[in-house]
Amino acid sequence: MKVGLFIPCYVDQFYPQVGIATLQLLERFGCQVSYPAKQTCCGQPMANSGYEHLTHDCNRLFVNNFSEFDYIVSPSGSCVLHIKDHLHDDKREGEATHVRTHIYELTEFLTDILKVENLTAHFPHRVGVHQSCHGQRGLHVAQMSELVAPPFSKPEKLLNMVTGLELVKLDRVDECCGFGGTFCVAEEAVSVRMGIDRVDDHVKNGTEVLTGGDMSCLMHLEGVIRRRQLPIKVMHIAEILNAK
Amino acid sequence: MNHADAAEKFNKDFDRTTWHDETLWWVRQKRDRAAFAIPEWEQLRETASQIKHNVLSNLDNYLIEFEKNAQKNGITVHWAADAHEHNQIILSILKSQGVTEIVKSKSMLTEECHLNPYLTENGVEVIDTDLGERIVQLADEPPSHIVLPCIHWKKEEIGVLFHKHLGTPEGCADPVLLTHAARANLREKFLTRRVAITGVNFAVAETGEFVVCTNEGNADMGAHLADVHIACMGIEKIIPKREHLGVFLRLLTRSATGQPITTYSSHFGKPREGQQMHIVLVDNGRTVQLGREQFRNSLKCIRCGACMNTCPVYRRSGGHSYHNAVAGPIGAILAPNLDMTKNADLPFASTLCGSCSNVCPVKINIHEQLYEWRQELTKSGHSPTAKTLSMKVMSAVLSNPTVYHLSGKIGRFAMANAPFVVNNSFNPWFKQREMPEPPKESFGEWYKKNRGEK
Ligand code: SF4
Repeated sequence: MKVGLFIPCYVDQFYPQVGIATLQLLERFGCQVSYPAKQTCCGQPMANSGYEHLTHDCNRLFVNNFSEFDYIVSPSGSCVLHIKDHLHDDKREGEATHVRTHIYELTEFLTDILKVENLTAHFPHRVGVHQSCHGQRGLHVAQMSELVAPPFSKPEKLLNMVTGLELVKLDRVDECCGFGGTFCVAEEAVSVRMGIDRVDDHVKNGTEVLTGGDMSCLMHLEGVIRRRQLPIKVMHIAEILNAK
Repeated sequence: MNHADAAEKFNKDFDRTTWHDETLWWVRQKRDRAAFAIPEWEQLRETASQIKHNVLSNLDNYLIEFEKNAQKNGITVHWAADAHEHNQIILSILKSQGVTEIVKSKSMLTEECHLNPYLTENGVEVIDTDLGERIVQLADEPPSHIVLPCIHWKKEEIGVLFHKHLGTPEGCADPVLLTHAARANLREKFLTRRVAITGVNFAVAETGEFVVCTNEGNADMGAHLADVHIACMGIEKIIPKREHLGVFLRLLTRSATGQPITTYSSHFGKPREGQQMHIVLVDNGRTVQLGREQFRNSLKCIRCGACMNTCPVYRRSGGHSYHNAVAGPIGAILAPNLDMTKNADLPFASTLCGSCSNVCPVKINIHEQLYEWRQELTKSGHSPTAKTLSMKVMSAVLSNPTVYHLSGKIGRFAMANAPFVVNNSFNPWFKQREMPEPPKESFGEWYKKNRGEK
C-alpha cells in the first residue's frame, strides 16, 4: 500500500515531531510511506477567507504531488476536509477526484483502512481529547453531540488501546476551540475567549495531556495554555499513539 | 461597528460573557434532552427539510392557493414587495381605522422591516406584548435573539428598568413579581387597543389559515380583544397542508427551548363576527434569495433559534454584534442578501464548526452557506484591499515550493532570533496567546536528512 504523507505547512514549520510520529506510526503498520518534498499547503487559508479562486495553483501542486498514491494521509482533519470538499483541477479532474476520495485524516485511516485493533503504545497519563470540528462534524471522525444517534469516536477508540492511558471526560464534549483559520486573528477576542473556555474544561476535569487530531486547534490551545501558564501539556494524537 | 469590534467590546466584561455563554448553553442542553427523547428525531428533521424543499420549489403556487383560501375565509390579503411597502400597508390600515395606539406580539419580520420606528415616526404608539420584547422596548434596544429577545439582560437589570418605567419597588429582582407588574401594565393595553399585530409561524395553503406560537398567550390576548387583527408573514412561512403542522410543531419548540410544544399554538382561520383580519405577505428580498441557488435553503428557516444557542461565537459575542434583526449563524447567511455592503462581515463571524447545520431542525446547511457567502462577497468586491493583497502574496508563496521553504526558514529564523518581529502588539495572535516555538528544522528538512530523497 503506497501512502503519500501530507504534512500541512504549519506542521512542517512548527511541529516536525508530529510529522515524524505520523510517519513512524504508519510505517509500524506496514505502510510504504513517502513524503513528496514539493508539497506546501492545502490552500485552506485562502479558501476560508473567501479567496477560493486563488487556490488553483495550490490545487495543481497538490494533485502533482499526490495523485500517484493509493492513499494520502495527514495529521490534520481540517486540511483533509478542505481537500476532500474543495480540491479541483480543470485539466486533471480525474486525478483530483482520486486525491479527494483517497485522502484520510490519520485516525480515520488507522481505524477504517488499516483497521487497527491493537497498539503497543504506553502512555501513563490522564489524557483529554480536543475533538476538532472539521474532523468530527466534517469527516465524521466522531459522533457530534447535536445529532440524535449513538456516540462513537475513532480517536478515543485508538487511545483506549494505549496502555496506562486514562481518558478524561469533559463537561462539553465537542465545543469548538475558536481557532477557525483566519478567524483566530480576524476575531481575536472571541477566538481567545473560546480557547480559554475550552482549556478550562480540561483543567477542571483533570487533563494532564491535551491531545487531538488537528494540530491547528492544538496550536491555538497551546498558545492560550502557555500564556496563562497552565499545567497542561499539548501533544498531537500521533505522538501518543507512537509513544513507547 | 463590525462584528469583530462589537464582539471585542462585549468580551471586555469577562464574567458577563461567561454568564451569557452559560445561559445559552443551558438552553442548548434543554434542547438536547428534548431531542434525544424522540428516537425518530433525525427522520423528523429530514421530513421537515423535504416539506420545505417542496414549498420552495412551488412557492408561487402555494402562495396563490393560500391567498384564495384565506380570502374565502374572509381574511384580507395584502402583498408587500419590500419592508417599506409592508410598513405603508400597516399604516394605511391603522389610518383607515383612525387608530394611533396598537399592541403587537412577537414578529421578527416586523423587526426586519423596522416597523416600530416607522410607526412611531408616523404618530402611532406600539406596545410590544411579548415580555422579552417589552423589556428591550422599554430599554430602547433591538432584540438580541429571535426567541429570547432579552437573553442578554440579567434579572437585576430588569428590576431597575421596571422600577423606572413600571414603578416596581426599588431593588426588586424577583422574576415572579416583575412578570406580574408587566402583566398588569399590559392588561390595560390589551383592553384598550383596538388593533393587534401578530407574526405568523406557519400559514397553511390548503386551508388559508395560519398558526401563531407563543408561550405567554399574548398574541391571543391581543388578537381576540382587538377589532382588527393584522398578521405579518414572510412568504417562506407557507406550508402545503394542515397535516404538515405536526412535523413542524414537534420540531419548533423542542429546538427553541426544549419544551415539547409552545404553550399556545393558536390557529387563526377566519375573523370572528365584526372583526377584521388582515394578512400581509412580505417578500423583502426573499425571491432574490430563492434565485440564488446556493443560498436558497436559508429560506427553510422556521426561526427556532437553535443555531444561535449552539453557536460558540454567538454565545460569546451577543446578538447585537450581528447588527441585523436576525442574529447568529442564520442571520449571517440571511443578512448579506438584504445588504452586501453593510453585512459583508457577518459570514466571517464563524469558525465554520458546523454545529449550527447539525442542530437545525430543517437541516439548513448553514456553515456551507457561510463559506459560499465568503466567496460571493470577495468576488463582488466586498473585501478589503489589504486582505486581497495579502491573500495574493500567500497564494504565490504557497504555490511555489522553493519560495515556501525559503520563507518558512526565514520566518522560523526570525521568530527564534528576533522574536520582537512577531511578538508585538501588531500581531493579533500574540495579544493573548504565545506564538509556537520555532523548531530548528522543519519536517521537510528532517525528512531529507534522515530518509534521503526518494
Ligand atoms: S436556521 Fe435552523 S436552527 Fe437556525 S433558527 Fe432557522 S430553523 Fe432554527
